[in-house]
Amino acid sequence: MESVISIQQLSKTYASGHSALREINLEIRRGEIFALLGPNGAGKTTLISIVCGIVNPGSGQVLVAGHDIVRDYRASRSEIGLVPQELVNDVFETVWATVRFSRGLFGKKPDPAYLEQLLKDLSLWDKRDAKLIELSGGMKRRVMIAKALSHEPSILFLDEPTAGVDVELRRDMWAMVRRLRERGVTIILTTHYIEEAEEMADRIGVIRQGQLILVEDKHTLMQRLGRKELLLQLKQPLAAVPASLAAYQLELLDDGHALRYAYDTQQEQTGIAELLAALASAGIEFKDLKSSESSLEEIFVNLVRNRA
Amino acid sequence: MNLQAVRAIYLFELARTWRTLLQSIATPVISTSLYFVVFGSAIGSSMTEVHGVSYGAFIVPGLIMLALLTESISNASFGIYMPRYSGTIYELLSAPVSPLEIVIGYVGAAATKSIILGLVILITARLFVDFEILHPLWMLALLLLTAFSFSLFGFIIGIWADGWEKLQVVPALIVTPLAFLGGSFYSISMLPPLWQTITLFNPVVYLINAFRWSFFGVADVDVGVSLAMMAGFLTICLGVVSWMFRSGYRLKN
Repeated sequence: MESVISIQQLSKTYASGHSALREINLEIRRGEIFALLGPNGAGKTTLISIVCGIVNPGSGQVLVAGHDIVRDYRASRSEIGLVPQELVNDVFETVWATVRFSRGLFGKKPDPAYLEQLLKDLSLWDKRDAKLIELSGGMKRRVMIAKALSHEPSILFLDEPTAGVDVELRRDMWAMVRRLRERGVTIILTTHYIEEAEEMADRIGVIRQGQLILVEDKHTLMQRLGRKELLLQLKQPLAAVPASLAAYQLELLDDGHALRYAYDTQQEQTGIAELLAALASAGIEFKDLKSSESSLEEIFVNLVRNRA
Repeated sequence: MNLQAVRAIYLFELARTWRTLLQSIATPVISTSLYFVVFGSAIGSSMTEVHGVSYGAFIVPGLIMLALLTESISNASFGIYMPRYSGTIYELLSAPVSPLEIVIGYVGAAATKSIILGLVILITARLFVDFEILHPLWMLALLLLTAFSFSLFGFIIGIWADGWEKLQVVPALIVTPLAFLGGSFYSISMLPPLWQTITLFNPVVYLINAFRWSFFGVADVDVGVSLAMMAGFLTICLGVVSWMFRSGYRLKN
């Protein structure tokens, strides 16, 4: 698939000596939703800021839609809309004035009809003449999204878009992200809410201490690193796992009232049928059984911890 | 050239002037009028003519310059400092605009404001004292040159300042004293010889004198030297701004 952003050997060390990014290589595909995960201070915002032109790159190269972000910054930046993490606004301006300004700044001719539709989509139209200082936090966040979309970008960066946002706005926002994706907009987001990445993203990148430790299709990642487990509630408690079941590496829980069997989702034979048969022949009865899959959050925590 | 961006910045900045019309235009006009009442009418009536010009008329170019300098600096420094302070500078840095376009937008808007202000003060002054402008085209050219140079200087201060205090320090502690001591209210020839020499190191002297020459055809210093000084100042400011953008000084990490 065609790459819309191509990052090669990108490193960045701040003047303070802090090495924020180390030899990042990343290809973002056109039209995908890419979630960048990582603990605080991992380099997510630095990476986004370099691509958008807010932070000077160290070494390496970044191409946006084939344009070098340094040599051909006009062409590359025209493609990008950015919603930064911090809630920053020109407090004394009206919603309409600030959105119009953003569109002009990105070199687009005024288009009141487009901006009207944009504000309506973001439930901001009624507030168009309100000063930003009068708006609630959630509304200000919507204004920042409107500003980022005012020049019809083909790539949208959302840096922690749902931090401190209420449920309604979060839902609206994800609906909007889906609509944008349908229109072919590429979306790169960072988030702390891993369940959001799990729900929304096509691919996941994990960054830790300035290094990209993993980039994977979400489903592949969850299959590859995810574990499934089967939990059996027993009718009679067991003192120990019988020797005949040793091969299954069962774990005895809940004072012998439950058995846990972990299995690999990638194996063709999960061994469940055999286990159940073995349990029956050992005379162990169960009253309930439940299977569960590890979430992206667990995978993420393991990844970040294992490499620490 | 991203003309849409230049236009957007320019209009956005000017819009702030209309919103704060009272502060932007009325305040300097009132304070200048007070100078005319106090120096022009009250004290000036008992003063002799300076270089053959009545004292009230003599101070007009100096007062316009005083307002032009301080307002150009404060407009432009505030204009670029505000987005840095609030954080909205991210948008400017991530937009497909060149440093030149940013400067034209911000400095152009700041200069426009102070030129309008200078003309308003000129008209106000005419209500208090009687004078004619000998070289109106030169007067306008000097007005423009000063407004742009000092707006550019203000822009530099707005990028350099890392707090509200620094934003105020240069205009209040350097520019205003230099303007007052630069012959706004007197001719250098009125000073003792030693102070006359010291005064020649004050760059504002050259500005005020060139401007006064465009009004009355008389000046304490050579107008050619004045113009050369102004061109030099503009060149230095352009150089500093260009360096600031190239290095990302206080704009980018």
